[in-house]
Amino acid sequence: MNREAKAKMPGTHGLTETDVATSPEASPEATQPILSITDLTLGVKRGNSTTSIVDGVSFDVAPGDRFGLVGESGSGKSMTLRAIAGLLPGGVEVLSGHAYFRGVDLFSLSAEDRRALMGPQIAMVFQEPMTALNPVMRVGEQIAEGSRRHLGLSRKAAMGLAVDMMAKTGIPDPIRRARAYPHELSGGLRQRIMIAMALSCRPKLLLCDEPMTALDVTVQHQVLNLLEELCDDFDASLLFVTHDLAVVNQTCSELAVMYSGRIVEFGTVASVLQNPRHPYTKGLLDSAPDFDQPDRALIPIPGFPPHLADKTPGCSFAPRCSFATEACLTGTPPLTTVRPTTMQPTTVQPGAGVACYRSDEIAEGVLA
Amino acid sequence: MSSPTFLLVGFQARRRAKARSRSLKPWYRNTPLVAGMIVVGLLILLAIFAPLIAPYDPIAQDLGATLQGPSAAHWLGTDKFGRDVLSRLIWGAQVDLRVGFLAVLIPFVFGSILGAFAGYFGGWFDAIVMRIVDVFFAFPFLVMVIVLVFILGSGETSIYLAIAAVSWVSYVKIVRGEVISAKEQDYVVGARLGGMSNARVLFRHIGPNVFSQAIIYAMSDIVMNIMGIVTLGYLGLGIAPPTAEWGSMILEGQEFITTHWLQATVPGLMVVITSLGVSWLGDGLSDLLSPERRK
Amino acid sequence: MNEQSVLRVSNVTKTYSFRTPLLERLATKGTKSTALTALDGINLELRKGEILALVGESGSGKSTLAKILVGSIAASSGEITHNGSAMPAHRTKDLTRSIQMVFQDPYSSLNPRISVGSMLAELLLLHKIVPRREVRQESIRLLNRVGMDEDALDAYPSQFSGGQRQRIAIARALAVRPDVLIADEPVSALDVSVQATILDLFASLRDELGLTILFVAHNLAVVQHLSQRVAVMYLGRIVEVAETAELFANPRHPYTRALIASIPRMTAGSVSTELILSGEPPSPFEIPNGCRFHPRCPFATIACTENDPALLPLARRGGDADLPYHASACLLADALPQSTSSPARTGASAHPSQSHGNSQEAL
Repeated sequence: MNREAKAKMPGTHGLTETDVATSPEASPEATQPILSITDLTLGVKRGNSTTSIVDGVSFDVAPGDRFGLVGESGSGKSMTLRAIAGLLPGGVEVLSGHAYFRGVDLFSLSAEDRRALMGPQIAMVFQEPMTALNPVMRVGEQIAEGSRRHLGLSRKAAMGLAVDMMAKTGIPDPIRRARAYPHELSGGLRQRIMIAMALSCRPKLLLCDEPMTALDVTVQHQVLNLLEELCDDFDASLLFVTHDLAVVNQTCSELAVMYSGRIVEFGTVASVLQNPRHPYTKGLLDSAPDFDQPDRALIPIPGFPPHLADKTPGCSFAPRCSFATEACLTGTPPLTTVRPTTMQPTTVQPGAGVACYRSDEIAEGVLA
Repeated sequence: MSSPTFLLVGFQARRRAKARSRSLKPWYRNTPLVAGMIVVGLLILLAIFAPLIAPYDPIAQDLGATLQGPSAAHWLGTDKFGRDVLSRLIWGAQVDLRVGFLAVLIPFVFGSILGAFAGYFGGWFDAIVMRIVDVFFAFPFLVMVIVLVFILGSGETSIYLAIAAVSWVSYVKIVRGEVISAKEQDYVVGARLGGMSNARVLFRHIGPNVFSQAIIYAMSDIVMNIMGIVTLGYLGLGIAPPTAEWGSMILEGQEFITTHWLQATVPGLMVVITSLGVSWLGDGLSDLLSPERRK
Repeated sequence: MNEQSVLRVSNVTKTYSFRTPLLERLATKGTKSTALTALDGINLELRKGEILALVGESGSGKSTLAKILVGSIAASSGEITHNGSAMPAHRTKDLTRSIQMVFQDPYSSLNPRISVGSMLAELLLLHKIVPRREVRQESIRLLNRVGMDEDALDAYPSQFSGGQRQRIAIARALAVRPDVLIADEPVSALDVSVQATILDLFASLRDELGLTILFVAHNLAVVQHLSQRVAVMYLGRIVEVAETAELFANPRHPYTRALIASIPRMTAGSVSTELILSGEPPSPFEIPNGCRFHPRCPFATIACTENDPALLPLARRGGDADLPYHASACLLADALPQSTSSPARTGASAHPSQSHGNSQEAL
């Protein structure tokens, strides 16, 4: 296991054990994923019964990747992100699984070690910047706080870096704006402040929880472009949680689609969106209006997502699926690597998978 | 209180699908509510059936048997006039609960309605009401009550009047605030677009959603009132002397606290139990009345 | 215009004035009040049986206009004409009834303490839509109309999902038999897979009931899918109006172009880089001089900083009267280069690198 993540952290005082900080930072990790989630199960324990809200989720984010986690409300996408960030709401627990960040299992770290990782290694951008910023602190100081603590910069140097970061995120007149309080800024500017704050310690992984929802379209567009550019500049990987497939198409290279706590399909954005293999992914694509195909009829997905507490056996999408067979109602289809099809042999990537018994037929276009 | 599943529903699945997704727990599973109902219910029964339960007349003096310790005849002993402490305690429940509950009624009704109008119509009416409320709020509750009782003279009626005169302002503030926030809710705008009259919108559509807060506050207000009467009794401004009342019992028992500690402690304990019961009831009601508290 | 207009908005303006607190006024010797112009001379017409989309960013005034139309706030000046007669400041019960609204958040638009059945019954009785004995039957009919079952009658809003609640909210609006429905971002709070069903419902209300709908939205893909005409708002003004296909194929205001370029595209490779706006919408407290869009506009000239352009029909080549109505509030409306980020109607992905003369967009 690679311990260098810890070695890189200045000012992590609690780490005196032998497993810490012995190896210097250079180690071959180009092929190793920066984040590897294996069999993550999250749930709520209530007496003897357990309700799982995320069920056996596994995925890898390669260095420099922009990974989109897509799903509707209740799919568990945000909870997965929060588990990685260590921000699960009270009552929700990690029941099993691991989240390896550069080889270190985040769940095995102490709370203190984890906090030390948040900022210099992993940063998060929240959905609503207003609630994530401290209302009584000037935004410049809020950005500077992280670099002072984690990089050990002086107050002045940290402020300089903060202004620098604000300029990088395209905030006009950053010196003056650094002295503003969050409520004095517009939503777009606040989201930029959040991004500046998140990136100021040059994290290796940026977690984004629907960061565009509160923004206007033109501003959304700017911020998305900004996120992309900055992640490239800073060599950070991006884990992007959203419900909007179009946003994923624009921002990410890889995606995983979640439904009812499970990943039902993953692969490169191009292959999944062009040739969906899971009926849910197909349903999402068919039900959303596409600006480039104005005359296409929208096909809604019938029914509702299952309630987390009363999961039925079988594929959780089966009750809403027009392709469901007997087998779908009894067995849960495993997430398997997809095979090339006759229709689209070139689009299939080795790192693609789908959890559907009839995915091959769907991909071949046998089922309409 | 809120179980993890409720948190989950609130946090993550707020806008989730499917009918009956929110499993409402039945009222009897609501622990504070049940505990409060039992305590307050027992106290009320005690008060109502005081004539049947109390072994002695609470004001009958027996100067031959003053300041006795607990015995088979007098379970909690007798006071300095030889009156049975247990009987006085039971009869005291009658007075204290009656004043506690009844004194809430007038300010609750008056304050809530005034607050509802002020919040709904706003403008100059709201401005005037709120200035008056601010003036009342500037004085501490108990000080105001004591001053008013002092002016009006002691006795149950003056206590009602004094408490009513002081505590209506809280209801105005609570209900006004709730109405102002409810007024902006789309369902209220929707009701107005339905062509409904102001009175209908206010009392049918806004009312049920805001008065629960006032009811919950009323529960804590009852506790405040009982404390008020007890304090008044303790200061000698409460219910006139021979009548059994917990506050005056504490006052009278206090001088023998070293020799006969039961005399002051037991009525004090009753005050604590009553307050606890009513507080539980309030807690339980707030759970029950706002099952779908969101945000 | 030849179509019958149901609702006409003429020169409607809405200003809010805020009194500066006394102490602040003393300290800064400031003025007594500051004014915010939320709407500045809006002219708009809703034609019978159409879905008109009103798009714009937050602060553009689109929600204010919606509220003025339903009468929940009053305009500062201007006139609203309903079926040819002017709307009074205080609407009668019947006028209120004729223009109904569907709100954005289905979680706050239904009273949590009133069952669906009694909510509908109350409205049906209040407006004497049907006799008392037919109330239940009519309620069921309404629920069926929006795709819900009779079972919903006895249920409370908390028992429904967002999409179902939005259906119930639509049923409430329909109960009083309005002729205009104002829908304020009715699908933006819903999950993607549910949005489609609600959009279909709006389309069927137009097609089957002949309802006139003003659809306030910010998602242009949705607008393009649903509406016949689109009005684009920016900072309290309407800057462009046209039929939907025409507007998207041939946008004649730089702001409209920027909006179109900002749409996240579903088709791989069709991401537009043509027109990325810098900056954000200015505050409605400080509306720029001249054209209010000029500080963000890549095409702005000196003239744009001085002249405030009015919303005028486009001058057309050869003055062909048969061309669809298209108005733009841009001094350069007829001189703008061809847009490249419009949807690829042939199904092929658009080429963002191509900057001029796309033949697909010819009228």
